[in-house]
Amino acid sequence: MSLCNLPAHELGKKLRAKEVSSVELTKEFLNRIAEVEPKIGAFVTLCEQAALETAALVDAKIARGETIAPLAGIPGAIKDILCIKGVKTTCSSRILDNFIAPYDATVIAKLKQNDAVFIGKANMDEFAMGSTTETSYFKKTRNPWAPDCTPGGSSGGSAAGVAAGEAAWSLGSDTGGSIRQPAAFTGTVGLKPTYGRVSRYGCVAFASSLDQVGPIARDVTDCALVLNAISGHCEHDSTSYNLAAPDFTKALHPDIKGVKIGVPKEYFGEGLDKAVEEKVRGAIRHLSELGAEIVDVSLPHTEYAVATYYIIAPAEASANLARFDGVKYGYRAPGCRNLIEMTVKTRTQGFGNEVKRRIMLGTYVLSSGYYDAYYNKAMKVRTLIIEDFKKVFGKVDVLACPTAPTTALPLGAMLDPLSIYMLDVYTIPVNMAGLPGISIPCGFSGGKPVGLQLIGRALDEMSVLRAAYTYEQSAGFHKMAAPIGGASA
Amino acid sequence: MKYETIIGLETHVELKTATKCFCSCPAEFGGEPNTHTCPTCTGMPGALPVLNKKVVEFAIKTGLALNCEIQRYNRFDRKNYFYPDLPKGYQISQLFLPICRGGYVDIEVDGTVKRIGITRIHIEEDAGKLVHSGASISDSDFSVVDYNRSSVPLIEIVSEPDLRSPQEARVFMEKLRSILEYIGVSDCKMQEGSLRCDANVSIRPPEQKEFGARSEIKNLNSFRSVQRGIEYEEARQAAVLDEGGRVVQETRTWDEERGVTHSMRSKEEAHDYRYFPDPDLVPFVAEAEWVAKIAETMPELPDARKERLTGRLGLSAYDASGVIARLATADYFDEAMKHTGDAKSVANWILGDISAWLNGNNLEMRDFPIPAENVAAMINLVNKGVLSSKLAKTVFEEMLKSGKAPAEIVREKGLEQISDAGALALAVEKIITANPKSAEDYKAGKDKALGFLVGQVMKETKGRANPEMINKLLREKLS
Ligand SMILES: [Zn+2]
Repeated sequence: MSLCNLPAHELGKKLRAKEVSSVELTKEFLNRIAEVEPKIGAFVTLCEQAALETAALVDAKIARGETIAPLAGIPGAIKDILCIKGVKTTCSSRILDNFIAPYDATVIAKLKQNDAVFIGKANMDEFAMGSTTETSYFKKTRNPWAPDCTPGGSSGGSAAGVAAGEAAWSLGSDTGGSIRQPAAFTGTVGLKPTYGRVSRYGCVAFASSLDQVGPIARDVTDCALVLNAISGHCEHDSTSYNLAAPDFTKALHPDIKGVKIGVPKEYFGEGLDKAVEEKVRGAIRHLSELGAEIVDVSLPHTEYAVATYYIIAPAEASANLARFDGVKYGYRAPGCRNLIEMTVKTRTQGFGNEVKRRIMLGTYVLSSGYYDAYYNKAMKVRTLIIEDFKKVFGKVDVLACPTAPTTALPLGAMLDPLSIYMLDVYTIPVNMAGLPGISIPCGFSGGKPVGLQLIGRALDEMSVLRAAYTYEQSAGFHKMAAPIGGASA
Repeated sequence: MKYETIIGLETHVELKTATKCFCSCPAEFGGEPNTHTCPTCTGMPGALPVLNKKVVEFAIKTGLALNCEIQRYNRFDRKNYFYPDLPKGYQISQLFLPICRGGYVDIEVDGTVKRIGITRIHIEEDAGKLVHSGASISDSDFSVVDYNRSSVPLIEIVSEPDLRSPQEARVFMEKLRSILEYIGVSDCKMQEGSLRCDANVSIRPPEQKEFGARSEIKNLNSFRSVQRGIEYEEARQAAVLDEGGRVVQETRTWDEERGVTHSMRSKEEAHDYRYFPDPDLVPFVAEAEWVAKIAETMPELPDARKERLTGRLGLSAYDASGVIARLATADYFDEAMKHTGDAKSVANWILGDISAWLNGNNLEMRDFPIPAENVAAMINLVNKGVLSSKLAKTVFEEMLKSGKAPAEIVREKGLEQISDAGALALAVEKIITANPKSAEDYKAGKDKALGFLVGQVMKETKGRANPEMINKLLREKLS
């Protein structure tokens, strides 16, 4: 089996046992990238040289007998929404196609302290707006399990990269499901931490009150390792929790006895693909057999979540994206004669259609005369959704449901933006309430992976990881490798 | 026709915190362009604001000084608009929940005290600065942006429309400056833009209840421009009404050089700022204990200081107002009073020669070179009769030149007043002999002649003679 199909924690063991050096490992991944990238398109920027330099540094540490951090020397992919100093950070948008970040995102600084290797910047939907990675200005990313299908989005490059063995782990960002949904579509594990658990500093903002950075990996253990490395209070992010993060690997026990798992009935209604439902219900039965107590619950305001999201997220995005005006950095439309022309042309040429659609939507719902009818009302509904979860978590420890209503869609299949928006119907409420959620593979339908979503109380990643780990170890889907990625499926 | 003028002021005050409102860059004025900047205050992708607690403390301090209610629950909002000096495309401000509400300031105009309401005070960040290659934006080939000022903390103090004349508006601004200086929250340097205001001006016939359409005058950055701008605007609006026209609500800019306001294009006015709560900043609570602690640190404010000066120290209201208007001046006065008991003389020197010298040299009190202790010592020498008040001026000049203590100057230059009766009698004798005509004139009832003779004696003694004694001696001799 190729090293590229092993999870990061296995690779770490090999590094420490000196079975392989970090430079060898990094070259192995670069070779895999050279081989499969033409078919997958997971990256917008490769960082070969910096990656090999870090790898050599880690090798030197190992040679000196120093203890190395769990992720040290192991190549990972970084969603191109996160700033790495001196590296292009494009958000897959034309408007930032020449932008070189002058500073490190907090999560990047933390990973650097852990000597993690950044092998490249992963493709994404432009400014994380989209659910298929098709709105990227640069390229379309393909699903390693089904090359005619999307890997999901917006962190499609991060998920496809891991699934195709181009990176051992990756970072994504999740505003309405952008980590979990592509993880489900690519058979990987994607964790959205509690809002505020991981610093947003240096993560280009889409919707500030919903965005959260998190890992995508081959298994739950790697997710815990990455979360250990990136979580904790950040003095540059006033929304980050001011409390010490626990050691998330402590949750990794294959034991679920006595844990109450709620099954929200609203997540199994109209629009859910039959095959997906079957796999997810099978996984819930599996959890029950492992000792979990299954409880039927209700989240009555679920049906309003998508509509509410498409008011709040664009409203925040319309302000967050105002800074891209051609004045300070990034793309500037040529040949403009005055200020207004420069701003208008720069933004007209620099943004893609989906981004423009959301900026206009956000501008509209915030404009005077409509603020109360839309934004204010959406905020009230958001409170109701939060209350729903609070009530349910008085009764159960974890919720289990599908991550997405379908498996990966064919590229170009969803030209209608409104139906694309429904892809995130099961993930959006979790962002609205700021809760932790994970997607783990729970089977296949037509050769395409199906994701099981587990949701926990705020700051209770431990329960989520524990349930996910228990299921994963018993079900074993995480050991499957995508056909593009070389090894057997 | 006579109209009544209604004025409300929105005053912007730059706070003199060490660091900016939402990042740790230095907030100080100036510096090489774009050197006091970081990812946050230049609006880099991914950067986030973190509130500087000192800014809230200063805003609360201001609120307490202006008798406001400090609001417990606070939040920041985004004010969205495009301009190159606004790096994020929005300004972090407070619209929905300002930190202070409902205060007042007492001003005194023509001896009458008037209470001006304060509607609200809110916190916001400043924008950067555009630098044009030409004289103005319209005749520039290009413009560049300096973000050193970007995110410097501001408070906006919004008054009720209680002001009724340009003079009142000016006095109100001067009073605000005093208070802000006293509590130490701002430099209040209008020439550097750390204190500036917009004025909302409307006029109405005296019998009319409702306000007329108002114009907002922007860019008033000196006390003079506050007064002149409003004067111009009330005259302009009166002319419009007198001609049977209608005043339109609009934003106008003040052109200091030409002394006129002109309308900004309506396009620039059609703003919809699309305010909404900033999700990057968690709401903050101003706990009562914290506010109480800040209240304990409040210094003596201008009104209290004035009362102390007019009460115990017996200064006239006029002198006291002059002394307390600027903090540096008031402090100088207090410092001098540690070394002399003569409040009236200290006030006279400060409002007289010292002010004149500062004005002549275009300097501020804080730049004045003579220590207050030395001015007090000089006054004491005069009061003890060692120095004549006339020669005190010479000592003052010398103190400015050499920085020496007054006693030393008097000694070195031999300026001691001659109060020795014998020596003065001789000098008086000599002058009467030399000026028989004047002596006769005085005897004949021409009082003016006495002044001439006194002057001659002073001349004879190089100004050192005690003038009271000469007067007395001359009268005796010529009676
Ligand atoms: Zn800064």
